Amino acid sequence: MGIKKTKKVTLLTGRSIEQGVSLEGEKLTRGYVLSTGICEIDPEDMKELGIYDGDTVIVKTNHGQVLVSGIESTQAPHRGIVFIPMGLYANAVINPETDSTGMPSYKGVEAVIEPAPNERVLAPKALMKKIMPLKK
Amino acid sequence: MSKQTVVKNVVCPFCGCLCDDIEIYVDLKENKIVETANACVLGTAKFMSANNVSHRITTPMIRENGKLKEVSIDKAIEKAAQILVDAEWPLLYGWASTECEAQSVGVELAEEVGGCIDQTASVCHGPSILGVQDIGLSGATLGEIMNRADLIIYWGCNPVHAHPRHMSRYSVYRRGFFTERGVKDRLMVVVDPRETHTAKLANLYIQPKPGADFELITAIRTVLAGNELFIDEIGGVSKEEIIELVNILKNCKLGIVFFGLGLTMSRGKHRNIDIALSLVRDLAAFTKFLICPMRGHWNVTGIGQVLAWQTGYPFAVDFSRGFPRYGPGEFTSNEVLARGEVDAALVIAADAAANFPLQAAKKLAEIPLIAIDPHQTPTTELADVLLPCSIAGIEAEGTGYRMDGVPIRVKKVIEAPEGCLSDKEILERLLAKVKELKAKKKA
Repeated sequence: MGIKKTKKVTLLTGRSIEQGVSLEGEKLTRGYVLSTGICEIDPEDMKELGIYDGDTVIVKTNHGQVLVSGIESTQAPHRGIVFIPMGLYANAVINPETDSTGMPSYKGVEAVIEPAPNERVLAPKALMKKIMPLKK
Repeated sequence: MSKQTVVKNVVCPFCGCLCDDIEIYVDLKENKIVETANACVLGTAKFMSANNVSHRITTPMIRENGKLKEVSIDKAIEKAAQILVDAEWPLLYGWASTECEAQSVGVELAEEVGGCIDQTASVCHGPSILGVQDIGLSGATLGEIMNRADLIIYWGCNPVHAHPRHMSRYSVYRRGFFTERGVKDRLMVVVDPRETHTAKLANLYIQPKPGADFELITAIRTVLAGNELFIDEIGGVSKEEIIELVNILKNCKLGIVFFGLGLTMSRGKHRNIDIALSLVRDLAAFTKFLICPMRGHWNVTGIGQVLAWQTGYPFAVDFSRGFPRYGPGEFTSNEVLARGEVDAALVIAADAAANFPLQAAKKLAEIPLIAIDPHQTPTTELADVLLPCSIAGIEAEGTGYRMDGVPIRVKKVIEAPEGCLSDKEILERLLAKVKELKAKKKA
């Protein structure tokens, strides 16, 4: 115990109904954090990582890293696959490569997830402040 | 109690389903929406969002010394026009959540400023458009599908979450003329790497590995052509499952593939669409088969239509040489932003800062940005000029295109808050100001 475990996963992003509800005017509120600042993980993978529903995890890819709440997926089984609803949090880590089509690779990004028990998921404005330059 | 009225047959301006049976209960005295009937949770959230003043923007703003300051609408429009006129190559992006009439003015504005105009399809069904241009699409209206289809396939999409009424209004559960027993007359197949809430309702669920769609469809086409598969598993799917699926495909009366971003966003992108469209073409030798993209925003199909009428191309159009040029991968928003080529941006009826990958989104913070939006979003946080607008389909009427390409008139249900012009009005005033400033510059 006490040893940090990490897991290699494939990251998918996309719509969820909670994300859809929160996008109408709630994008800078707590509702947006609860609906998009999450990562749906297969329950078996959660056991392997030693985390419970709602524990903070850090998702790292070659393109960035972001803190999100690990949520037990109700759309399982999908061992080795994690899902972050589309939005600010997902877009901090997805692959911007478009293969000259205009479409970034929002699905199928190689990622590593790691429990982050001492960290908290940032609010949308705080996340923007951290990852984007300030407007002058 | 204040006076209430019911507005019937309202069209929902949320997703590409454009459900046209919504009832809205309006408090006339307060100019408020009290309740909705028939709408899904997404539609209801959108209608109710018109009421909430806490996140609604009602005054135009301009950024001064890093802070947004309230100004008059004339001043904000002048500043926005100045940004567009001063820019060498501005990007005009968004357009999916507004009516065709506003989109049409937007295309003219792009031509006037010699900019690059792109729409949300470039991060949504853009690859589908490329695929359709390669192969062609065997399509039909959702009404035909509702009446005739006995095999419904959802491939890489999750309508329970993204189009909640799709299954009950147009496909699986709806009783149609030749499918009068509804769900009992139909077979539902779902293909998705996760066993989604949609997949849990399916008669047959196939779970490929993420990004394996191209090889899986190739295997299906191979079996369909009468050839044998020499390996036992393709993209995480067993040979037996593929043969079973092919039998189902061949033996239906009329089949339909609804496909979503599982195909367009995964490895292969437009090639995944090419092969899905080719599969449907192959199936025409055995039975009737159709295919339809699950379009996201309510009028994202509309901007494709409007751009195609006015410029000849559906997205990624550049006007810098004075005539329209088409260039997916070159004039698509992500590329022009990430490469730092555009020097100003106008974002309307979309939220680029939240929905673009970070590498492109943060460029929006570095260039002058005009945002036209009814609500506070990450894009409005970065804006230099903020123009509040009415919500199309709730506070302004106009034309929208359903996912199958059927135009539907959306209604005005309540009055917009004071000071909020419609998208069309804002764009018309912006266009007039741009013309005026350009004339001054010349003189």
